[in-house]
Amino acid sequence: MFAYYLDLGLRSLRRNPALTALMVLAIGFGVAASMITYSVFRAVSGNPIPDKSAQLFTPQIDAWGPQQNLKGEPAEALNYIDAMALLRAHEAKRQTLLYPVALSVLPGGNRELPVAVSGYAVGSDFFPMFEVPFRYGGAWRAQDDDARAADVVISDELNQKLFRGADSTGRTINLGGHDYRVVGVTNHWNPRPRFYDLFSTSGFADEPDFYLPYSRALDLRMRTNGSNSCRGKLAYTGWDDYLQSNCVWITAWVELDNAAAVARYHRFLEAYAADQQKAGRFAWPPNVRLRDVMQWLDHEHVVPPESRISLAVALGFFLICLINTVGLLLAKFLRRAGEIGVRRALGASRREIYTQYLIEAGTVGLAGGVLGLLLTAVGVAGVGILFPPQIAQLAQLDVSLVGLTLIVAIAATVCAAFYPSWRAAHVQPAWQLKSS
Amino acid sequence: MNLQIRPILTALRRHKAGTALIALQIALTLAIVCNALFIMHARLSNLSEPSGVDEAAVFVIQNQWAVDRPTPQIDAQVQADLLALRQLPSVRDAAPSTGYPLQGGGWDNFVTMTPDQVQPTTDAAVYYSDEHLLDTLGLRLVAGRNFRPDEVTEMGTQQVVIPPVVIVSQALADRLYPDGSALGKSFYAMGLTPSTIVGIVDTLHRQGVDQWNQSYAGQSLIWPARADDSRGIYYIVRAKPGQLAAAMREAPKALYAQSRLRIISPKDGIQDYAAIRHKVFDSDRGLAILMGIICAVLLAITAAGIVGLTSFWVGQRRKQIGVRRALGATRRDILNYFLTENFLISTGGVLLGVLLALLINGWMITQFETARLSLAYVAAGVVMLLLLGQGAVLAPALRASRVSPVEATRPV
Repeated sequence: MFAYYLDLGLRSLRRNPALTALMVLAIGFGVAASMITYSVFRAVSGNPIPDKSAQLFTPQIDAWGPQQNLKGEPAEALNYIDAMALLRAHEAKRQTLLYPVALSVLPGGNRELPVAVSGYAVGSDFFPMFEVPFRYGGAWRAQDDDARAADVVISDELNQKLFRGADSTGRTINLGGHDYRVVGVTNHWNPRPRFYDLFSTSGFADEPDFYLPYSRALDLRMRTNGSNSCRGKLAYTGWDDYLQSNCVWITAWVELDNAAAVARYHRFLEAYAADQQKAGRFAWPPNVRLRDVMQWLDHEHVVPPESRISLAVALGFFLICLINTVGLLLAKFLRRAGEIGVRRALGASRREIYTQYLIEAGTVGLAGGVLGLLLTAVGVAGVGILFPPQIAQLAQLDVSLVGLTLIVAIAATVCAAFYPSWRAAHVQPAWQLKSS
Repeated sequence: MNLQIRPILTALRRHKAGTALIALQIALTLAIVCNALFIMHARLSNLSEPSGVDEAAVFVIQNQWAVDRPTPQIDAQVQADLLALRQLPSVRDAAPSTGYPLQGGGWDNFVTMTPDQVQPTTDAAVYYSDEHLLDTLGLRLVAGRNFRPDEVTEMGTQQVVIPPVVIVSQALADRLYPDGSALGKSFYAMGLTPSTIVGIVDTLHRQGVDQWNQSYAGQSLIWPARADDSRGIYYIVRAKPGQLAAAMREAPKALYAQSRLRIISPKDGIQDYAAIRHKVFDSDRGLAILMGIICAVLLAITAAGIVGLTSFWVGQRRKQIGVRRALGATRRDILNYFLTENFLISTGGVLLGVLLALLINGWMITQFETARLSLAYVAAGVVMLLLLGQGAVLAPALRASRVSPVEATRPV
C-alpha cells in the first residue's frame, strides 16, 4: 500500500508543479537556514572535553572585595598570591596553574628570522588532567615543576616546522633566548571552546605551539601574554611588586573525582578565604566559586551572541516556512475533495485517506530535505562570509548533520501535514458525489 | 467604491483554517522581519563607527621582540626604530604605542576624581605614546596643546608610570567635566598621583569593539611614555598621501635593517586600517548579511504563500464568481472583493504581528542585551507587509475578475 500511495503522491505533486515547487523551496530554505546556523551553534556550544567536563573545576577567590569585584562575582582569574597558595595546598587529586606566554624561536637551520610562537605556562598535571595526546615523549614530571626545569612540550605543528616531524624528544630549542629540552610532542590538540583559558581568549584561538613549566616561566619573569586585570591604585615598579599586587592573570584548574571531593575542595576554598580575612588581607567574608567546565563556559558566555541570534532567527524562519506549507497543503488536498469523495464512496477508510496524504506530504518533505541539504552544503562552505574565520572553520557538514537535515525536513513536513490530511480524511463523500 | 465588508467576513468564516494560516504567517513574518531589520541596521551602523584615525593613510606594525633585554636597551632600540621609520620618504610620521583604535584586547583604566575614591567615576581606554601620536593618527586637537618632547618618559616592563600630564578625548573630557572646563583640570586613573589635562582631541576610539565597554565608548586618554615592554610594541605609521602601499613595503625593511631580533608576523604583523576595520567588524557584517538574506527569502515565501492560497480560493469559487458576474457585478467588483479580503486578513495579521514583534524584542533584550525596537521599524514593517499582501493577491484576483459569467451555468 505504501508504494501505491507513494505513486499517487508523486502523481499529484506533478499535477501542480508550481505549488509543489513552492512547498519544496519553503521547506528547503527553512531547513537549510536552521541547519547552517545550527552547525555553527553546535560547534561553539559543544562540550570540549565530554568525558571529564564534570571532574574539572576552576576555583575563583574574591580578592577585590564587594566594592570592586564583578557585581558580586569574584574575578575571572587569580592573582599570584592566591594562585600559588592553592597550588601549594595541593588539596585536589590534580591541579595546575596556567597563563599564556608569547616567545620567539631564534633563527637556526634554514630560517633567517625569528618566528613568533605562543603557548602556555602550565604545571605537569595539566597534561593528564586535560588528556593531552602525545605523539612522542610525554609530560615533564612533578618534581620538574619544583626544580623549575627548562623542559618544554611542543605541538605537532611546531615540531613539523622545527624538526620536520621527527621525534625531537631530548633535543634543545631556544625560546626567547633561553634553551629548553623537548620532553614531549603533542598530537593535534585544540579543544574548542578553549575551556581552560577563557580569561585571555574568547575560546576559539589557534592551537598553542608549546607548553612549559610555570615555575620556569615565573623564574624568567615571563609576563602573561593574555589578559591582566587590576583594581585600586597601581604602584608596582617591577616584577616582584607586580606579583604582590591584586592584579589577576592566572587561571587555576583542579580535578575532583566525586561530589565529596568537590564539597571538600569548596570547604577548603572557603577556609582559605576566611584565613585571609583573619590575616587582614581580605576585609570581607569568603566569596569563592568552584565551577566545572560547562558551568564555566556558561558563566563566561562563550557562545557568541551572533550565533544565538542567528539560530533563533533561522528557527523562526523555519516555523514560518512550515506554516506556509500547512496552508499550501490544505489548498492542495482540499482541491481534490471530489477525488477523495470517490475513494471514500468506493470503500476507502478515513485512516487510509489520512495515510495516503501523510505519505504525499512526506515526499514533499524528502524533496525539501534534499534541497535543504544542498543549500546547507553551500551555506556551510560559505559560512566564512557570515562568521569570523575562527568560528566559521568549526562549522562542518558531517554525517550527523546530513541525517539531521533530512530527518528534520521530513518530520516537520509530516507534522505540518497532520491538519490538512485530517481535513482531507473528513471530506463527506455524499456531498462531493452530489455536487459533481 | 463600494466595499462589501460584511459578505467578505461571512465568506471568510467558511475558510477559517486558510484565513488563520495566512494571518499567522503574516504576523510571524512581520515579527521576524522587524527584528531582523533592526538587528541588521544596528550592526551596519557599527561598521561605520568613527575611529578618529586618518584611516586612508595609517597602518600599524605589531613588533614583537625576539629576546628578553633590559629596559634601557629596549628604549634605545625603540628610539632608533622610530627615527628610521620617520626618515622613510613615503612616511609622514610614526609613533610608538601600547595599542591602536578599533582592534586588540585593549587597555582600560578606571578614572576617579580624588585619590581615595573607591567607586570609579568612569573608565577610559589608555594609550601610552609620544608627542608624535596626534599627527600620526591624524587626531584633531580641539583644545590645549600636544605633549612636549621633554614630557615623554620611558616605561619599563611591569612598571606603572603615571605621567603628570594627559591628553583626553572630548568624550572623556565631557564625562569628567560636563560644564566644559576640563582643560587644565586633573583626575586619577588608577595612579597614586593625578594627571592634568593639557589637551583635548576630537575623537579617539578605544582599542577593540567588544560590547562590555560600550558604555565607555569614545572615552580615551593618552599618556606621554614609550612603553618599553619586553614582549613588544606597536608602531603606528602614517604614510604621505597616496603612498600607503609604498610605506607598508618599506617600513619592515627599515626595521629589519635596524635589528633582526624582532618578529613582524607575515600574517598580520602589518595591517592598514582597511584590513583592521574589515576584521574587527567581521561578525557584525556577517550577521547583517544573514539577516538581510533571511528577510528577503522570508518575504518572498510569504508572498508566494499568499499567491498559492488565494489562487486555490479563486479556483474553488469560480462558480460563485460566475453567479456574481451574471447578477451584474463588474470585473472591478470582483477584483476589489479579493483585494479587500486580503486587506482584512493582512490587517488582522499585522495587528498580531506587532504584538509578536514587541514580544520577540523583549526576549532579545533579556537574552542579548539588544536595544529596544524602534517603532519606526514596526511601522515600516506593517506598511511593507500590507503592500506585499496586496501585491501578492493582485495576480490571482485579476484572474478571478476575468471569470466569465457563463461559469455560473456550468457544473463545478
